[in-house]
Amino acid sequence: MTRRITIDPITRLEGHGRINIFLDDCGHVDKVYLQVPDFKGFEKFCEGRAVEEMPTLTQKICGVCPMAHHIASSKALDDLFIVHPPTGATRLRELMYSAFIFEDHLLHFFFLGGPDLFVGANTPTDQRNIFGVIRKIGETIGRKMIDIRNRVRGITAMIAGSAVYPVSGLPGGVSKTITHEQQKEVKAVAADALAFACETMKLFDRVVLGNRVFRNWLNSDIFSSKTYYMGIVDSEGKVNFYDGKIRIIDPSGNEFTSFYAKDYLNHLEERIETWSYQKVLYLKKVGWRGYSDGKENGIYRVGPLARLNVSTGMATPLAHAQYVRMYDALGTRPLHNILAYHWARLIEVIYAAERMLELANDDDLPTSKIRTLPSHIQSEGIGVCEAPRGTLFHHYTATKAGIIGKVNLLVATQNNAAAICMSIEKAARAIFQSDSNENLDSNIVEMAFRAYDPCLACATH
Amino acid sequence: MTKPKIALYWCSSCGGCEESVLDMAEQLLTLQDMADIVFWPVAMDYKYDDLESMKDGEISATLINGAIRMEEQVSMAKLLRKKSAHIIAHGSCAHLGGVVGLANWFTSEDILKRSYEEVPTITNPQRDRPGKTGCKTDTALKLSPFLEYVTPLDRVVDVDLYIPGCPPTPTLVKEAIMTVLNGSWPDRGTILGDKRALCHTCPRKDTRIDDLKIKRFNRLHETEWDPKECFLNQHIICLGPATRGGCEARCINGNMPCRACFGPTDNVKDCGAKAISFFSSIIDSRDETELMTILKSIPDPAGLVYRYSTAASMLERKR
Repeated sequence: MTRRITIDPITRLEGHGRINIFLDDCGHVDKVYLQVPDFKGFEKFCEGRAVEEMPTLTQKICGVCPMAHHIASSKALDDLFIVHPPTGATRLRELMYSAFIFEDHLLHFFFLGGPDLFVGANTPTDQRNIFGVIRKIGETIGRKMIDIRNRVRGITAMIAGSAVYPVSGLPGGVSKTITHEQQKEVKAVAADALAFACETMKLFDRVVLGNRVFRNWLNSDIFSSKTYYMGIVDSEGKVNFYDGKIRIIDPSGNEFTSFYAKDYLNHLEERIETWSYQKVLYLKKVGWRGYSDGKENGIYRVGPLARLNVSTGMATPLAHAQYVRMYDALGTRPLHNILAYHWARLIEVIYAAERMLELANDDDLPTSKIRTLPSHIQSEGIGVCEAPRGTLFHHYTATKAGIIGKVNLLVATQNNAAAICMSIEKAARAIFQSDSNENLDSNIVEMAFRAYDPCLACATH
Repeated sequence: MTKPKIALYWCSSCGGCEESVLDMAEQLLTLQDMADIVFWPVAMDYKYDDLESMKDGEISATLINGAIRMEEQVSMAKLLRKKSAHIIAHGSCAHLGGVVGLANWFTSEDILKRSYEEVPTITNPQRDRPGKTGCKTDTALKLSPFLEYVTPLDRVVDVDLYIPGCPPTPTLVKEAIMTVLNGSWPDRGTILGDKRALCHTCPRKDTRIDDLKIKRFNRLHETEWDPKECFLNQHIICLGPATRGGCEARCINGNMPCRACFGPTDNVKDCGAKAISFFSSIIDSRDETELMTILKSIPDPAGLVYRYSTAASMLERKR
């Protein structure tokens, strides 16, 4: 008779989830399911809303990555109204976006994924949290992390109104500029953010890479799947969060295709599972062949490791040096091990801080030219950006009167949905391979989804 | 003295209320010294069984954010009510149904059909739905039903204190938590934040014209505006007059108008109705044809004034 182990709820992630592990008579894993028991319906209830409200409305899909929805939505409106924001507005958008990537990635690195990395996968439950992390890394660096996240979120609030829910995105620009005085503050915070990012990488080297168990896992097949990867790159093939071309590579690292957001319907398709509210994306031209990796199946991944895998490097010097170091250290490209997501995430933290500093140092940052008023509206608009957790698409149709007709949203974690199911099943097989191993903490199964930093609230928008 | 026990949970939510707790920053570390956090899925590894094994009333207070959208959220809210001496509705969705409540303008069937059958990326020839029975695993893999409509938290359990806002400010979250720590509970049903409308504390209040009369409202994409002057003076809809203050005017400081996430003031039941009544008072016409033209400059009035409060309003849902 089959037996079931349920992890309910799965924890240290954004949103609701439950893992069911079915074991056969011998105690071997038969099948594993990740269920997402929540659903909201933004694709319906945004119909009939005024188009200009979409950046502040759709961001309510996620309070952890609201800025990603705010930006993708603002860009979809740029497209809908056929309008280009002035350079100064794009700069402010990218500045707040870089600030957001920095603090959101750190949230995962310390609060959500951090306990697995610093406290340990098998430590008692009551220690696997941020308080346990701070005990481990020391209160000085812990307080410093909280302080820098807070100050960087303060920059977002300064530029965009609120740290949690930015409001400044409008078709053709932003609602607000900053003063010369504020620019000084942005510079100071960005410089401190960069220093902290570099310090965190050293901490990762010492505590995480220095941990033999983690190091072994980083090279272990338990956490590895050979899939396609997708991410946005700039004209030189470097990682870009705000804009560029979407590039997909196959599991061997060869370019499979690249396309602009407007063509996304030719490349991506989604399916449903009756046991979860989460829809599962796959590559349309490769097709769906179940939960298995390899070139013949359209399962692909997004997010930090995927972005680094599809790119030729990082656009800023310190981040690029770390990019080279990671691939040199692990010896393969693309990297397939999900624990490398943590490393890739930190490289992006350095990039985000460097980019923040570059933008902060631009003499023209406090510009008064922040909007281009639209004069026409077309029937459709598509916007894309790289959310912290992967590529995010907003697609709207609208009436001439500027009322939303239809909405389609492909949200970051949905791209990883199939791969996450494979990863947790693989981890479960490894720890429940014989009946004597049941005492190994099921947290190792949770580590397999947590590496992706999934947002299941987003995934069931 | 034993430390009070606190739990934090989410129903149909976005995680923004959790961020409002994290944004207490260093004070979060102090909280850990003063209370035991016994359940908090976003940040700690305690599971459902840990919660269920607690004694009734053992938790001093649970902060619940998110709307009630799924059936299992009803049972979780009831379980938390049983285990907790006090329940705090945390944020707009728990307080008023929030943005999630906009779903109430549609039937649940419309909503499911759009996402799982109609969107241009979906391939679903069998017209399957999440939770559909008949598959091999369905008995073991029950999926919580999607309810007919969204409700605020207080329609399913008694609520002791409300923290308004999408999300609430860290200051208000801290105020609620201090209430728990001090045990100094205000009257049941108290809503934190200001007692008066946002306009009273708006940084632009001194610019507001008293006898404002409007013949056309400007939409946000059609116009530029003075970043220091009252939005209404500039004929841009701002819901500040109908909305509880206490939000620290975050949107106004972002140079954008209020959208009523703090809900109605103490003496108003329906935030949207209050907003409509206010706009009626400033529309400058008695001619029916002209009135219709003016109203056309407010696209989607229901979605605008009830953005955060449809589920708690007098209209409540599509019938």
